[in-house]
Amino acid sequence: MNAEVKAFAQRLDLKRGRVDMSHGSGGRAMAQLVEQLFLRHFDNEWLRQANDQASFAVAAGRMVMSTDGHVISPLFFPGGDIGSLAVHGTINDVAMSGARPLFLSAGFIIEEGFPLADLERIVASMARAAREAGVPVATGDTKVVERGKGDGVFITTTGIGVVPPGVTISGELARPGDAILLSGNLGDHGVAIMSSRENLEFDTRIVSDSAALHGLVAAMVEAAPGIHCLRDPTRGGLATTLNELARQSRVGMRLQETAIPIDPAVSAASELLGLDPLYIANEGKLVCICAGEDAGRLLHVMRRHPLGRRAAIVGEVIDDPHALVQMETAFGGSRIVDWLSGEQLPRIC
Amino acid sequence: MRYVEEFRRRDLARKLAAAIAREADPARRYRLMEFCGGHTHAIFRYGVQDLMPPNVGFVHGPGCPVCVLPIARIDHAIRLLEQHPVILCSYGDMLRVPGSGRHSLLKAKAAGADVRMVYSTRDALNIARQNPQRQVVFFAIGFETTTPPTAVAIRQAREAGLRNFSVFCNHVLTPAAIHNILESPEVREMGTVSIDGFFGPSHVSAVIGSRPYEFFAEEFQRPVVIAGFEPLDVMQSALMLIRQLNEGRHEVENEYTRVVSRDGNLKAQALVAEVFELRRRFEWRGLGEVPYSALRIKRCYAEFDAERRFAVTLAPAAEVRGCECPRILRGVKKPVDCRLFGSVCTPDNPMGSCMVSSEGACAAYWSYGRFRQPAAGEESVA
Repeated sequence: MNAEVKAFAQRLDLKRGRVDMSHGSGGRAMAQLVEQLFLRHFDNEWLRQANDQASFAVAAGRMVMSTDGHVISPLFFPGGDIGSLAVHGTINDVAMSGARPLFLSAGFIIEEGFPLADLERIVASMARAAREAGVPVATGDTKVVERGKGDGVFITTTGIGVVPPGVTISGELARPGDAILLSGNLGDHGVAIMSSRENLEFDTRIVSDSAALHGLVAAMVEAAPGIHCLRDPTRGGLATTLNELARQSRVGMRLQETAIPIDPAVSAASELLGLDPLYIANEGKLVCICAGEDAGRLLHVMRRHPLGRRAAIVGEVIDDPHALVQMETAFGGSRIVDWLSGEQLPRIC
Repeated sequence: MRYVEEFRRRDLARKLAAAIAREADPARRYRLMEFCGGHTHAIFRYGVQDLMPPNVGFVHGPGCPVCVLPIARIDHAIRLLEQHPVILCSYGDMLRVPGSGRHSLLKAKAAGADVRMVYSTRDALNIARQNPQRQVVFFAIGFETTTPPTAVAIRQAREAGLRNFSVFCNHVLTPAAIHNILESPEVREMGTVSIDGFFGPSHVSAVIGSRPYEFFAEEFQRPVVIAGFEPLDVMQSALMLIRQLNEGRHEVENEYTRVVSRDGNLKAQALVAEVFELRRRFEWRGLGEVPYSALRIKRCYAEFDAERRFAVTLAPAAEVRGCECPRILRGVKKPVDCRLFGSVCTPDNPMGSCMVSSEGACAAYWSYGRFRQPAAGEESVA
């Protein structure tokens, strides 16, 4: 491809330039954008094939596939940006089956007028996240929409992965008596986003927890292949994730509020904004449901991993025909932890 | 989180629970109305009812600003958007409240109206500054707590010469509403509801002080304890109310001394008095027309009054049939007594205002307590 670079009269102006409609037209301008921006950063053997599809051999076994659209506002936030988030989010969705993620695809919808410098920053961050995770972006797509018909940039990523033999992790497998584990502090991502929103700026040391969790999952699956459920509590937070699992498995859950790890700064921001940390989004945490006898071993493994240092057993699965999630409050009473209704915050992932 | 966690301590809650159990007379019932939605929310979120003996029950009052706003005012805002090309700025809770025909600001927004969710009056002023060619209307709601910030916004708009900013004023007054509840036939004569004592508002009282409650503690012979919004505040205040009732007293006591004084915030009161005046009457959801219970913008600030600036044609408002919000707001019925509750009316699909705000009795009941065994004290309330 390098031989073709000279085919473009001028280099892409990555300092002051902006995306215009020609960048999505399928013509020379689009080829230039793909080459000088996307290919340069994502560079790998599959993209270098320069075909409309990535071609690769797969190992035998059960495969999983997941897709996730990212429309976050603002695009850049403390601890990450839409690019790194789009990589971590999809890797995590694949990993929550116990799978080892293999490849990602990335689809960009860019609004006319979007600064090329911002686009490069996002793509570079995305490429870095993919490299660090060891999961290449093997194929992609770019579209440009007219000004006013998008909001900067939207990124959709799809991931595939392979599940190790003997591992069956699924949302309907929770059983009464199982333990509920959480990999760390709740609410960091949501609060970091809120702190940088235009009309809400407040100072906090909290940064997004956005991270790829497949390494942690691999360690957990190795220690306890019989894990029942894994899920990352993103939109809607822990409360929504547990309600989903309770409904899928037709069981109830009982949480201990005092066991749930939350950073004091997140608690403080939640107080101020009238939010409940149980409903705030996370992008680098997982919930694990496993047989009671596996809980101690898993907790030990999680705490030894950098992304699970603050892991805790936060509750247990109980028999309940209503499939309710309940919590014993730190105050000594009890309450229902219901589904989130409406929206706590606009567009946080 | 210092100064917050102290008021949620389990060990202290246990001690207070023991004191309440010890002092509450098993031969009588204590029905205590928390006026404010903030208290309702705290009671459910922390499970305070679980810590009360069976003969002490909470009656959930009308103190949720979203819940008491009549359908006609929502309709007014929606019509304003339909008939004038304005930007309407509103607090988030307001957006989902159903008006006539289950229309809402959120639905109006989806249909193309320019509705912006704001967190403060300052956000609304900024939107006006950034859009000089557009008219910006701030949908002002709330009790005495949110009134001073609206007064400040109007003053700032005048000082900045903002000609495109106005306020759709729906500020209401707490003492008038409490008075109205105590005067209502159900409470006063028929005896279908008995309210033995009141938790006085916390943030509202920070502004107006404790003095305004002295009249009706005396007139209606009901004790009032001004209570903070933390769960220990609620429990301590319950104990203070029980003591007053046991001793046959009906005084205004202040549990929330860390914030509330007898005279309140005089500076805020002066600001409000400069910008607002009493409305002769105002309709409340659940209470009907309550005389001198709301504020409007004074003539000298008339240019910032959206009701004067924009003529709006209105159709008569239609209440949802079967919705018990009006009676729930007066403490006459409990959420579970409404046949819409949980069947067609849920937080995801609210029919009545009490199901919208997290401070609304129905939403709180649904989210935190719907499958809990009701305590005997609670059951006796309705």
